[in-house]
Amino acid sequence: CSIVFQGEGYRTVPLSGHVGFDSLPDQLVNKSVNHGFCFNILCVGETGLGKSTLMDTLFNTKFEGDPASHSQPGVQLKSSTYDLQESNVNLKLTIVSTVGFGDQINKEDSYKPIVEFIDAQFEAYLQEELKIKRVLHNYHDTRIHACLYFIAPTGHSLKSLDLVTMKKLDSKVNIIPIIAKSDAISKSELTKFKIKITSELVSNGVQIYQFPTDDESVAEINGTMNAHLPFAVIGSTEELKIGNKMMKARQYPWGTVQVENEAHCDFVKLREMLIRVNMEDLREQTHTRHYELYRRCKLEEMGFKDTDPDSKPFSLQETYEAKRNEFLGELQKKEEAMRQMFVQRVKEKEAELKEAEKELHEKFDRLKKLHQDEKKKLEDKKKSLDDEVNAFKQRKTAAELLQSQAQQAGGSQTLKRDKERKK
Amino acid sequence: AGPVESRTEAAMSELVPEPRQKPVVPMKPMGINASLLGYIGIDTIIEQMRKKTMKTGFDFNIMVVGQSGLGKSTLVNTLFKSQVSRKSSGWNREEKIPKTVEIKAIGHVIEEGGVKMKLTVIDTPGFGDQINNENCWEPIEKYINEQYEKFLKEEVNIARKKRIPDTRVHCCLYFISPTGHSLRPLDLEFMKHLSKVVNIIPVIAKADTMTLEEKTEFKQRVRKELEVNGIEFYPQKEFDEDLEDKTENDKIRQESMPFAVVGSDKEYQVNGKRVLGRKTPWGIIEVENLTHCEFALLRDFVIRTHLQDLKEVTHNIHYETYRAKRLNDNGGLPPMAVETEENHESNL
Repeated sequence: CSIVFQGEGYRTVPLSGHVGFDSLPDQLVNKSVNHGFCFNILCVGETGLGKSTLMDTLFNTKFEGDPASHSQPGVQLKSSTYDLQESNVNLKLTIVSTVGFGDQINKEDSYKPIVEFIDAQFEAYLQEELKIKRVLHNYHDTRIHACLYFIAPTGHSLKSLDLVTMKKLDSKVNIIPIIAKSDAISKSELTKFKIKITSELVSNGVQIYQFPTDDESVAEINGTMNAHLPFAVIGSTEELKIGNKMMKARQYPWGTVQVENEAHCDFVKLREMLIRVNMEDLREQTHTRHYELYRRCKLEEMGFKDTDPDSKPFSLQETYEAKRNEFLGELQKKEEAMRQMFVQRVKEKEAELKEAEKELHEKFDRLKKLHQDEKKKLEDKKKSLDDEVNAFKQRKTAAELLQSQAQQAGGSQTLKRDKERKK
Repeated sequence: AGPVESRTEAAMSELVPEPRQKPVVPMKPMGINASLLGYIGIDTIIEQMRKKTMKTGFDFNIMVVGQSGLGKSTLVNTLFKSQVSRKSSGWNREEKIPKTVEIKAIGHVIEEGGVKMKLTVIDTPGFGDQINNENCWEPIEKYINEQYEKFLKEEVNIARKKRIPDTRVHCCLYFISPTGHSLRPLDLEFMKHLSKVVNIIPVIAKADTMTLEEKTEFKQRVRKELEVNGIEFYPQKEFDEDLEDKTENDKIRQESMPFAVVGSDKEYQVNGKRVLGRKTPWGIIEVENLTHCEFALLRDFVIRTHLQDLKEVTHNIHYETYRAKRLNDNGGLPPMAVETEENHESNL
């Protein structure tokens, strides 16, 4: 059959009336709403920087969990998932926090568990995508959409741990750096601190998440907010009465810090950017940029290549299968080798035992022969002794007989002589 | 409480000062009704998502199948109130009926209410027009599968495009001749083969040749025949997502479909209004008048309520079926590959 496509580009044609496909965005959105949304936040920061409190403050609720201790042997990640509902939106929120980050004496490997965790989520998604029978549209997406990096409020500069960790993460996740517990820094110090941090990030080539400015409706606000990074935040779930309203605040002898007062801290900016303006963009960037990069690297690492256009659907699946068969083949070979070794050992042992058995038999035979020889010797001796005894007895009897004969013969002999004389 | 009420609640609770209790400690994994605890703003994701989709625009590919003369092109033009089909785009109106089935795809961009749509109309001239129509659905099935193949090829690339161009057929309107009797063997054969690979929406063409009673009877007979032959047309029963879907779709499946339609691109004055219609000696048939024909139902169904669903069923079900079969058959993968793939521990 012939397939004809008119022209290269698409011409725009006018409509002569209302068609009704302007409801498409609504149709799409309704389907998403029915499906529910996923949002996954990763909080990286030293113990005690207020990660859990900030999450509680952002989402107006107290998520469960006890504060961590400082004596963790290594960095771990703790993940919890919650179902939040607001209006008709159902959000599956997953919050992952580092536990024990920055507590160890040797922090060289501290970033590793974090990178491994992020990669593991990409891997799980890739696995699902590569399956033959897959259910991608019902897949619970665990990939991290936003990483809040908590910077300690020292007021000086970034710690080397911060730089190293952020550098390792910037190609894998959207990083939003924030200055934690920023009520510890004065306003003037804060400005200097922010400038120092930003310049350090730039000079070290750390790519943090930029709020998108391509859509006119949000370009302005996003552009402004980009200049306020890193956000200096304070978290608090305690409410105090200020004026005639209840507000989230922290009370000090010298005054009260209001969390939602933009003059006091950037909490409102963070909430605005993270949730109310860019949540969807964070999800999209994670999928189209970070995940695609991971996927590409992983597949190339495994030896796949985009070769000629004709063999594509095969090359991926085929090579994958080939690798799998190769791996299975190796496994089989190893198994076979082990089995051979086992059989060999058994044979050797069996031979050894047979040898031993043979020796024992021989020994037994020898002893038996020895025993028989001895026995024979003794019997011979006994026989010769018996013979001797018999011979002696015979001689004895013979001698006795002779004696008695001789006596009789002497008598009879005399008689005989006498008889002869008489004659 | 509906979205409006809880929004008002949330807004009100921010303005009116009242001694608030300590936030409730939720037991995971129970859901948290955030509206009770002060406005967070996660419901803004709807607006964020809508903005993004409006920016990227939409693709829609609709195929029309049926014998020539059943008004396919006119109907598509009427549906989209625009000259989008083959007959109107500079093709020779007097051209001959082709000797084999041809596939002709034409794309246009249409815009409404800020929503940009790349619409592709795929015509199939020559279908059912030969003396011997055996296997005339094959070129059509081949074309549909070729689009799945194209998409699959893009999807398995190492370096993938941000947005894979979608040329897959989202909807196939099958035109039934208004004989008033029953479906013809060709109709049954086509729909039997193709309902497994694409969403088929059967329509009764040129319905102005039937009276209301004839229409109702014919529709009933057609529905019965489709059922007896095991033909699942869109919306397929097995893909109803929830009870709400099922109720809505049941009504469409069992009462409205197949839609008996009339198409027209001419306007006439009726009762002081300009309407699309067909003029006959005995009256003007108003295309968008529900008492005259079911065009408006078809339009609302395909465009205003189920367009996104047509695309999703194509992507999540028909395409996945094609892909699974393709990856399974290829490379001599043993049939067990499906199970082992599912149980496969991460070895990558």
